[in-house]
Amino acid sequence: MLGAAKLMPSVPRTEPAATAVSIRNLSVRFGDRSNEFTALSDVSVEIPEGAFVTMLGPSGCGKSTLLRCVADLVHISDGSISVFGRSPREAREGRDFAFVFQDATLLPWRTVLDNVRLPLEVGKHAQSGDHADPHELLAMVGLKGRENALPHELSGGMRQRVAIARALITRPRILLMDEPFGALDEITRDRLNEELLRVWQETGTTILFVTHSIPEAAFLGQNVLMLQAHPGRVKEFMKVELPFPRSLAVRDTVEFIRVTAHLRGLLEECL
Amino acid sequence: MSQVISSRVDTHRKIAFLDATAGVLAKHMPAISAAIGLVVLWQLVVWFFKVPAFMAPSPIDVAHAFEQNAGILWTNTLPTLLEAVLGFFFGNLVAILLAIWFVHSSTAEKAFYPIAVFIKAIPIIALAPILVLIFGNGLAPKIIIAGLICFFPTLVNMVQGLKSASPAMLDLMRVLSASNSEILWKVRLPSSMPFLFAALKIAATSSVMGAIVAEWIGSSFGLGAVIIEATYNFRSPLLYATVVIAAALAVVLFFIVSIVEARMIRWKPTGSH
Repeated sequence: MLGAAKLMPSVPRTEPAATAVSIRNLSVRFGDRSNEFTALSDVSVEIPEGAFVTMLGPSGCGKSTLLRCVADLVHISDGSISVFGRSPREAREGRDFAFVFQDATLLPWRTVLDNVRLPLEVGKHAQSGDHADPHELLAMVGLKGRENALPHELSGGMRQRVAIARALITRPRILLMDEPFGALDEITRDRLNEELLRVWQETGTTILFVTHSIPEAAFLGQNVLMLQAHPGRVKEFMKVELPFPRSLAVRDTVEFIRVTAHLRGLLEECL
Repeated sequence: MSQVISSRVDTHRKIAFLDATAGVLAKHMPAISAAIGLVVLWQLVVWFFKVPAFMAPSPIDVAHAFEQNAGILWTNTLPTLLEAVLGFFFGNLVAILLAIWFVHSSTAEKAFYPIAVFIKAIPIIALAPILVLIFGNGLAPKIIIAGLICFFPTLVNMVQGLKSASPAMLDLMRVLSASNSEILWKVRLPSSMPFLFAALKIAATSSVMGAIVAEWIGSSFGLGAVIIEATYNFRSPLLYATVVIAAALAVVLFFIVSIVEARMIRWKPTGSH
């Protein structure tokens, strides 16, 4: 695990953090004029570099849409997003970020190793030399020895680990995760939560993490971005006052329960 | 000593081979005994009711026909096989290319899909004389008809297969800034393979049918021509022998496609676990 530190460009945490993602007055509307639906309205938020921000909110609040806007998967109607000073499109083409979906989205005909290597084979920047070693990444996510397995031979949790390794192969500066553990059982989810925190601390990657689980949002996030629905807008951007490194045991402390109770209260106000 | 070992290995191999053969036989025992039973029943019915050979020949008569007409059957099987294989190849090739075009251009799909359906709706038996008038009496009209029969199922399945890639998979490729051709080669084509092979298995058998139907229209060679000739001359045992060969041809092509499929597709679609 110690070897992983040299895999990624680690961000020195002592320096004043630069802004990784800056969202200003963002609005997103779907549909035509007669049947318009406002998914996001006037959202502004700054994500500092190296931060772990979880996004929480009732269903339909646009948290996934917000993440997809940053990833240049959704067209922005108004406002702006800058990713390290660049537009989402430039950031995408420059491989500034990687995306982890709720479904592992592995190509079923490719082995684990070839799935992890996929980002190196496609896109304009496929040939650029700077990437992590796929074998080391698979070891980091606990899949050493399964390099030649096919996705259908793996469990759901293992497939999601492969997806995380694939996301990290290009050494992204930002990791965008859209409910990546939402479809997993609780035990697997807990373990992956702990491992993700470890990966985050080892790599220094900025992480934006959408979830619908209050404990998950509190356990993982340095900050929680709470959104409310109809239309989707920012309810609160709050700091989670729990020290790092966090282990699963932290969830049994009074401080943790205080945080989740506060989040639950905010969520109820949203309804 | 080493000889002893190698002969022992040989014996083991033989035993393993025999075991495998016995396993296959055991697995297909119901099918094999049912087939043998039906042939025996057929023979008994012909004997018992004294059915004349021109009306329905017995299996023994058909076996004799094979023996007596070996030359005719062999020389006429080859052109039919050639037509079926070439028709299979070109019909599917055109279908696959068209499907790729349809997936990339919805205008093309809207323009040509209805025409493809219309061509499919024309009875092949009605199309055959038209093609003979245009292309003459050679191999060409037969290959075209065999190809046309393969074309439509492959087109429909291939369009569906190319569109079967999940939206999340396409999102992933977009995040990776993949080009359209990279998406085609790395995602769409591989994920269409199960759909393609489902169609190719249908095409394998129907291409033989297409070739034979085409040969019915004033052809002087091929299994289709033998069928017509044997029918008009009441050479029923020969007619039956030809039918057996035509069916065997289709089954062989089907198995070849199945073997290629088993070698190519070792993964399971995402939805199946």
